[in-house]
Formats: sequence, C-alpha cells, structure tokens
Amino acid sequence: MSTPETASAIGGAAVATADAPAVPRYNRSLLGDTWGRFRRHKLAVIGAFLYITMTVLTVVGPVVWTTPINDIDFSASNQFSAAHPLGTDDLGRDTLARVLWGGRVSIAVGLCAMLVAITIGVFVGAMAGFFGGWIDITLSRIIEVFLSVPQLPLLLLVIYLYRNTLVAAFGPEMGVFIMIVAVIGGLNWMPTARLVRAGFVTQREREYVEAARCLGAGPARIIKHILPNTLSPIIVAGTLSVGSSMIAESTLSFLGLGFPPDVPTWGRLLFDAQNFLTIAPATALIPGTMIFLAVLSINFVGDGLRDALDPRRTL
Amino acid sequence: MTAYALRRVLIAIPTLLVISLIVYSVLALAPGDPLSSLAASTELPAEVRENIRIQFGLDQPIYVRYFKWLAAYIQGDWGYSFASRLPTQKLISLRIPTTLWVIGISYLIAVAIAIPLGVATAARQYSKFDHIFTALSFVGFSLPTFFTGVILIIVFSVQLRWLPMVYNQQVTDPIEWIKQAIMPITVLALLQAATLSRYVRASMLDNLNQDYARTARAKGLAERVVVTRHVLRNALVPVVTLIALQLPTVFTGAVVTEQIFRVPGIGSLFISSIQNNDTPVIMAIIMVFAALVVFFTLVADLLYGVLDPRVRYR
Repeated sequence: MSTPETASAIGGAAVATADAPAVPRYNRSLLGDTWGRFRRHKLAVIGAFLYITMTVLTVVGPVVWTTPINDIDFSASNQFSAAHPLGTDDLGRDTLARVLWGGRVSIAVGLCAMLVAITIGVFVGAMAGFFGGWIDITLSRIIEVFLSVPQLPLLLLVIYLYRNTLVAAFGPEMGVFIMIVAVIGGLNWMPTARLVRAGFVTQREREYVEAARCLGAGPARIIKHILPNTLSPIIVAGTLSVGSSMIAESTLSFLGLGFPPDVPTWGRLLFDAQNFLTIAPATALIPGTMIFLAVLSINFVGDGLRDALDPRRTL
Repeated sequence: MTAYALRRVLIAIPTLLVISLIVYSVLALAPGDPLSSLAASTELPAEVRENIRIQFGLDQPIYVRYFKWLAAYIQGDWGYSFASRLPTQKLISLRIPTTLWVIGISYLIAVAIAIPLGVATAARQYSKFDHIFTALSFVGFSLPTFFTGVILIIVFSVQLRWLPMVYNQQVTDPIEWIKQAIMPITVLALLQAATLSRYVRASMLDNLNQDYARTARAKGLAERVVVTRHVLRNALVPVVTLIALQLPTVFTGAVVTEQIFRVPGIGSLFISSIQNNDTPVIMAIIMVFAALVVFFTLVADLLYGVLDPRVRYR
C-alpha cells in the first residue's frame, strides 16, 4: 500500500521505471473483497479457524491416536491417565479415541446434510422463481406445507420406522448415515428455496437476462447466468444449516434414535454418558463441549459471511 | 379484513390435510405391522391374526384407510393407545398441562429477557455492552438444549445438590414444584431468549435509522424517549409475529428437554410411544403439533395485519 505512495513522493524519476505505476492499483475481486470484509469480523475468523482445526483434528486424530474405539480396557478407571488422556467410558473404552472418531461422523453429517438441503433448496427455488406461474404457485405451496410440518417429531418418526430397511440395504453404519443425512437435509431445504426463489424473482427481469434471452439462450443457460447472483444468501444459509444439522443429528443420537451404539458420534457419547453424570461428568462434558464449539464456530462464520457478502457494505 | 382472515383459514385447512396425509403415509408405508406387538405377544394362529387384520380394516388399500381415519378423526375419534389401552385424547390431555406450564413459563421469561436486552444492545450498537451480549446470544443459541440440561444437572443436582435431577409429577408443594421445574424452564428460556433477542436487536436497528426516529430526535426528545416510546413500538411489530411463529417450535423442541429431566409432558409421551410402536398416539401427537404450527402461523399473519397498517389485505 505504501510503496506506490513513497515511489511517487520520491519524484518524477520514479515514473521512468516502467514497472512502478504512478496510480496505486487495486486488484479487486469478489472473493478478495469478501475476504477483506470477513477478516474484520474477529469472531468469524476465530470461528473459521476453530472449525477447520476441529475438522482437521477429527480427520487426522484417529490416525495419530490409534487406540481402537471399541477396545475394552478392563483395568481402566474413568480417571484421566497416560493410557487414556480423557479417561474411559462405562465399558472401559477410550474416550479420546471415541471423541475424535465421533467428530468425524458428526461433522460429516453436518456437511452432507447441508449439501442435501442446499441442492434441493436451490433446485426448487430456482424452478419456482424462474418459471413463475403455476409452477411457482405449486412449489411455494409445497414449501409452505413443509414449513408447517413439525420437524423434530417427523424426523424421529421417519428414522425410527425406516431404520431397519436402510440398515438391511446399506449396512448398519452407512444405512443410518444415509438416512440421517437424507432426512435432516430433506426437512431443512425450505429456507434456502425461499431465498433462491426471491433472488430469481428479482434477477429475472434484469437487462443481462434480457440480453441472454435475445442471444437465444434457453432456460438452462439463463438459470446458469442468474444463479451466481443469488449465491450470497445461499452461502450464508448453507453455513448456518451445517450448525443446525449437527444439532439435529446430535439430538437424534441423544434421544437414542441416531446411530447404533457402536458408532460413536458426539450426541451418542453424550447419551451414553448421561446415566453416569454423578460419577463421570467429564465423559458427558467433553463431547457436549465439542458439539457446542463446532456449532458456535459455524454460527460465527455464518454471521461473518452474512456481513462480508452484503453488497451494501463497502470496504 | 374478514375476507382476508377467511382466506387464510381456508389455506390453513388444506395445509393440515396435506400434513396429515404425509404423516399417515409415513406410518402406513413403514415396514412392520402396527399390530405386531398386539398379535405376536399372544402367539395367535395365522388365521386369527388375519381376522384381526380384517376386523381393523388393515386389508384395505391405503387411501381407503386414510379416508376412514380422517373421517373418524374429524369426528373426534382418535382411537385407543396400544400401550396403555386408554383413549388417545385422554392420554394426551393428561400430559398437556405439564408441558403447557413448563413451556409457558419459560417462554414468558424468554420474552421478558429478550426484549429489554435486544433494545439495549441495539441502542448502543458496537459498544462493549453490545459486543458482549451479542457474543453471549450466539453462545445461547449454539448450545443444544440437551447439553445445557446436562450441564445444569451436573452443577445443580450432582455438585451442589440444590435441585432434584428428575421431575416428579406427584409434587404438590409449590416450592418443591419450582425447585424441580426451574432447570427445564431455564434450559428452554435460555435458548429462546438468545434467539429472540437477536431478532429484537435487528428489528430495532432497522427502525433506529428511519426518518421518523430522526424527526423525533430533531424535536428535541431525549434518546431514551425516542427509543422506548417511538422506535420500540414499531420494532416490536415483526417481533410479536415472530413470537407467535416460534411458539410451536418451542413445543416440539421441548421434546428433548422433557426427555432429559423426565418431565411427564407431551414430548416424553411422544418418545415413549415411538419406542412402543404406539401408532394412534404418535399420529395424534404429530397432528396436535401440526395443528399448533398452522394455528400460530395463522395468528402471526393476522396479528401482523392488525399491528402494521401498511399491510394491505388483498
């Protein structure tokens, strides 16, 4: 920043060197601007750092800390020790290994459910907003109905009823994973659809769309043109839905309706620990804190992105 | 206004019907027999079981069953619980008062905290006070209710031994009741207050820079008066509708809280009936929840129209 100024301050001689521009040049891009604004939101930066650290830890952790998650150590107590830095659970299984492994599942569920929700939401919203007319009316009604469905009860019901079918089809871990991701995502797409629809309705009549139409672009190509202009709210909604999906997954696990007992997730660990709160509160507090920190950091990131992507704000 | 209200009601009814259809299909298409627990336990011969199925109409196609169910439902026949052999309505009406007390009090507390907090943080935007409470509200709605509940139990029941760990319905002494209800109420109130205060703050910020607020300041009114008498009234319009919209979510969210503290409310009834495969009760509770959502959406729509004269009825 200061280099061009000092260069020009030195005098006309500097102009002779072709490389040094007299006028400061800003290389501005959408991404750069967004990052510049995002950086100012301190909590969001901390959140992003924390979330990435947790993801890396859960991915790398089980490779480094090789104690198996289902190995029962009969001699272990629930105290912290060198062999079990975070103690063991009621069966003598290593808490650290289970928390690391459980984080993988919890974080993966959050991200995958977000992808499902965003995909459905963008598709439905784009269709409704772009085509209008009866398609819009029908899809908007569907969105309204889905918003009126009591989510948590239906989530619990579907998972309880269809668990065995999917487990039979895809195996105990994959079956439950697919089902939980599909159901959480499938009940979480409506806010995105509404945002995308609103974006499309305002963009539809813009000049660039008209120009594209004049050049003979079909609906698919025009939607491709409009979509990037509706991206900001999608990114924010997507980020926030990672957090709510993680809460939904851990709620299911906490109610004993999530993953099977031998697949640790943070919610499941908390569920298993809740009967031993009097003797081993740490086994409940550790996975609970992990859920809390992950959700908190992702919420901060979402808030930071909301500010950073707001076109009304200038750098 | 009347025409508008009527139209909203007319939209609400098909919404409820579609939800009932969705839930009914989810239950009807599920693998497993709703009568399995009934029939398997007595080791009935196959033909007797078949007779029972025919007697209950389970041999008929789904859509016939749905319409039969719907007709019975509208007439107030909600069936019997498989698990307790009680009429479903009776079972639910036994559980609802507990839920209503706990949720009602926690929601009132949440609103009582959220409005002043939202106003104060908005009035001093970007101050240290604002930053602290904004961060705290993020903490509040990032804490899952089951974790808040577990923390409270560890601190107040296990460590300090001040409060009972589980809710006991037999308690009649008001002080004992408060002692056992205070933790579930706190858990729910904390989450709601955190969420609502964000909305109050956002709505206040929208209004604080409006022309009418500037006019009020230009008249020489104290900032206090501008905020509390002029801006707050307008800022509360969307908040009031939001309070109505959030209420059903509080009900369904209470499922978790009731489970942690063993509060014998409608939420824990729901969990236990799912575990017992008690189809009539499951269906009834989901329909009660759905009716609440649709009803409060309606209330919110109408309230918005009453409070905001700019809203035109088309």
